Amino acid sequence: MAEPLLQIEGLTKRFGGVVASDQISLAVSDGELHAIIGPNGAGKTTLIAQLSGEIASNSGTIRFAGADITVLPTWRRSRLGLARSFQITSLFPDFTALDNVALAVQAHAGHSFRFWGDARRDARLRQPAMAALDRVGLGERADVFVSNLSHGEHRQLEIAMALATRPRMLLLDEPMAGMSPEQSAGMVRMLRELKQELTILLIEHDMEAVFALADRITVLVYGRAIAVGSPDAIRANPEVRDAYLGEQQVVAHG
Amino acid sequence: MIAALNARNLLISALLTFLVLLPVYANLSGNYFLLTLFTRILILALAATSLNLILGYGGMVSFGHAAYLGIGGYAIGILASEGVTSGFVQWPVALAVSALAALVIGLLCLRTRGVYFIMITLAFAQMIYYLGAGLARYGGDDGLTIQRRSQFGSWLNLSNKTVFYYVCLALLLATIYFVWRLVNSRFGMVIQGARSNERRMRSIGFPTVRYRLTCFVIAGTLCGLSGALLANHTDFVSPAMMYWTRSGDLIVMVVLGGMASSFGPLIGAVALLVLEEALSGITEYWQIILGPLLLLVVLFARRGIDGLLDAAAFPRVSPTKPLEAKVGRG
Amino acid sequence: MIYFIEQCLNGLQLGMMLFLLAAGLTLIFGIMDLVNLAHGSLYMVGAYFAATFVAWTDNFLFGAALALAATLLVGMAVEVVAMRRLYGRDHLDHVLGTFGLILFFNELVRLLWGPAGMTLSLPAWLNVAVPLLPDLYYPLYRIVIIAATVMVALFLYGLVMRTRLGMLIRAGASNREMVGALGINITLLYTLVFGLGAALAGLAGLMQAPILTVQIGMGENILIVAFVVIVIGGIGSIRGAFVASLFVGMVDTIGRAFFPDLLRLVLARDAAATAAPAMSSMLIYVLMAAVLVLRPEGLFPVSNR
Repeated sequence: MAEPLLQIEGLTKRFGGVVASDQISLAVSDGELHAIIGPNGAGKTTLIAQLSGEIASNSGTIRFAGADITVLPTWRRSRLGLARSFQITSLFPDFTALDNVALAVQAHAGHSFRFWGDARRDARLRQPAMAALDRVGLGERADVFVSNLSHGEHRQLEIAMALATRPRMLLLDEPMAGMSPEQSAGMVRMLRELKQELTILLIEHDMEAVFALADRITVLVYGRAIAVGSPDAIRANPEVRDAYLGEQQVVAHG
Repeated sequence: MIAALNARNLLISALLTFLVLLPVYANLSGNYFLLTLFTRILILALAATSLNLILGYGGMVSFGHAAYLGIGGYAIGILASEGVTSGFVQWPVALAVSALAALVIGLLCLRTRGVYFIMITLAFAQMIYYLGAGLARYGGDDGLTIQRRSQFGSWLNLSNKTVFYYVCLALLLATIYFVWRLVNSRFGMVIQGARSNERRMRSIGFPTVRYRLTCFVIAGTLCGLSGALLANHTDFVSPAMMYWTRSGDLIVMVVLGGMASSFGPLIGAVALLVLEEALSGITEYWQIILGPLLLLVVLFARRGIDGLLDAAAFPRVSPTKPLEAKVGRG
Repeated sequence: MIYFIEQCLNGLQLGMMLFLLAAGLTLIFGIMDLVNLAHGSLYMVGAYFAATFVAWTDNFLFGAALALAATLLVGMAVEVVAMRRLYGRDHLDHVLGTFGLILFFNELVRLLWGPAGMTLSLPAWLNVAVPLLPDLYYPLYRIVIIAATVMVALFLYGLVMRTRLGMLIRAGASNREMVGALGINITLLYTLVFGLGAALAGLAGLMQAPILTVQIGMGENILIVAFVVIVIGGIGSIRGAFVASLFVGMVDTIGRAFFPDLLRLVLARDAAATAAPAMSSMLIYVLMAAVLVLRPEGLFPVSNR
């Protein structure tokens, strides 16, 4: 069996007395869409932060594409093909949507010690950026300043930026947060397409989306992975029901 | 640069025309005071332009930029006092030493951010000030007179006020052009992106520190050039060039003129220095007016003069973030 | 040896003085997220008030108390008129705004008191030296300063750690919106905290007045050293400010006392004589650079920011 693209082993993170991540072990195969669900405060975003390199774990290892990336800085992980979108939108507010994505393209187009040419007229940056914007459905809004875009468009832009870095794997942190039902459906369609080309680790509260998309699901409660399996297995799991699904009333849409 | 007919471009065109024609007027009327004043303005505008690179576009609030004025100036002064008066030697040395200093200071300071960065750039500038004051061989606190200006052969006589003025103007315009190209290049995008959201920059794959350090060194080097010019202008260098309030003046020029705009620093330098001249004619306690005026600018005209002109010409919904960039504008 | 002890005591005194300034600065930054460059102006104002009131009342303690009260009032006035409009803004705005205030205060003082500066003489009963050791006579006044600032430090500790106000201060530092939501009058709280900072700065100023000359610009010189202290100690941490103040005070004093001798071992006589003062002044900045290399967040970083 081929080595999983992403392999997490015994990942632990403590903040003072609180254990945010408790010996988490997880494997994501190439081409899989793996979802992580759990109640608020379960440590999902902390997990993503450790995977992307923003937070240093107390112990445990992370292997990506066969290499140990546990202590690599964030930017290097991105260069290796691990892209991330943020739960709370983190964009460049005083730039246009196209500028935002073009920056992501630029980050992976060699070094940026080029002091003379106009970056905004550089087709090698603009074209892939437009392509990514079209992909997520923001093609018409390319020249709009981020501060003038709607919340749903921000979420789409987050994805576009992650895609523009030509990743092997996407870490998506609640991409559908705050979206209307129509917008969420659109996002699900897009993720279904992306599934064909990329490996995806998806954190989401939207259960419909999760069960529609995921190949496998990990359930996180109080920093511990209490169950891993196919969507059906998870749905049927009594522990999971008690801890999480049972309390899930209606899927929260924004 | 956008060549639209609007208030801002009109002002800049008028200002540039004035600056180009000033020596003609000075020579005809014999009023050399204006020439001297504006030479000083041009030199400090160059320093402010270099600061704008890291402050306006890069978001790095350096409160120690005047240190490079001193370093560049002292390079000239020290070499001159040791008998080396050739500009072809002095000026490259001034630039090189400024670059080196910026590299060392940048390596230490750029590990910090926010308030820490402001404070330690301030502290390092003071350290260099004390260093200058301790150079007893070169005048210490009292400063060092420069007997002969930088020599560039017979074809360029810097002792001639008019020639020197045009040299400063040329260098200023060249610097403004250079900075404009820089901030719109790939490098500039990284710098502006890092100002806008550094966390995101690292997340998409940029090792931001090395770019910011490079930017810091470029800015320091340009300011060193300004220091070399200042030394020639006043025929004198002293630690006072580097006192921290001088760094404050530079920041005021950048903000007053309008951050992240090409001509903002020049406008700010003109505004501040002309205002100082005008106010000190009214009262010797003019800083009582300047101080609160500064506070008012911060509170109500945050985008500076450039911003006021821009708002008049293009009223639009602008980003609410206080530190905003005029991306790619003239 | 006696000389060394004497210098240690001087260093302690300088350190305690720096603590008063640094504590105010770090408190204001920690609670209101405000970078206050004009803090040195309050120090200067305290010194000027002291010189004036002591001259008017001909009574040192009474004059000093008046000066303290006056500085407190000035501080609160500045907060109401200027500072509160700066809250929540970019730090650059703070830097510029308070820079403007420095210019204003320096010029105002020059207008009211003239450019020459003032002197403040100690009353006879304070102007004595007491024998601490058989061979060591140390000025009583400096001992008083050390004792007074230690008491202030203890008071601050008690205030921040044990009282309701202190709890609010600490809570404000960690979560502003929450404290506001609890119905606490944040506006008043901020004014009081700023006033406290101003009083500390004024106290430092009036205590230093007899020792140094009271002149325009005295605030800026010491302000930068206070910044160095905060950076070393960790911005927002009073404990850090205390430790770092002592550290910096000691290094600066003992450095200035003994570094020239050290230089003389290495350099020629003349070179050492001229380089010594400047290099001694640089010592604390070198110290700061060293700390930053090892711990960019300072010795006691406040992690809730």
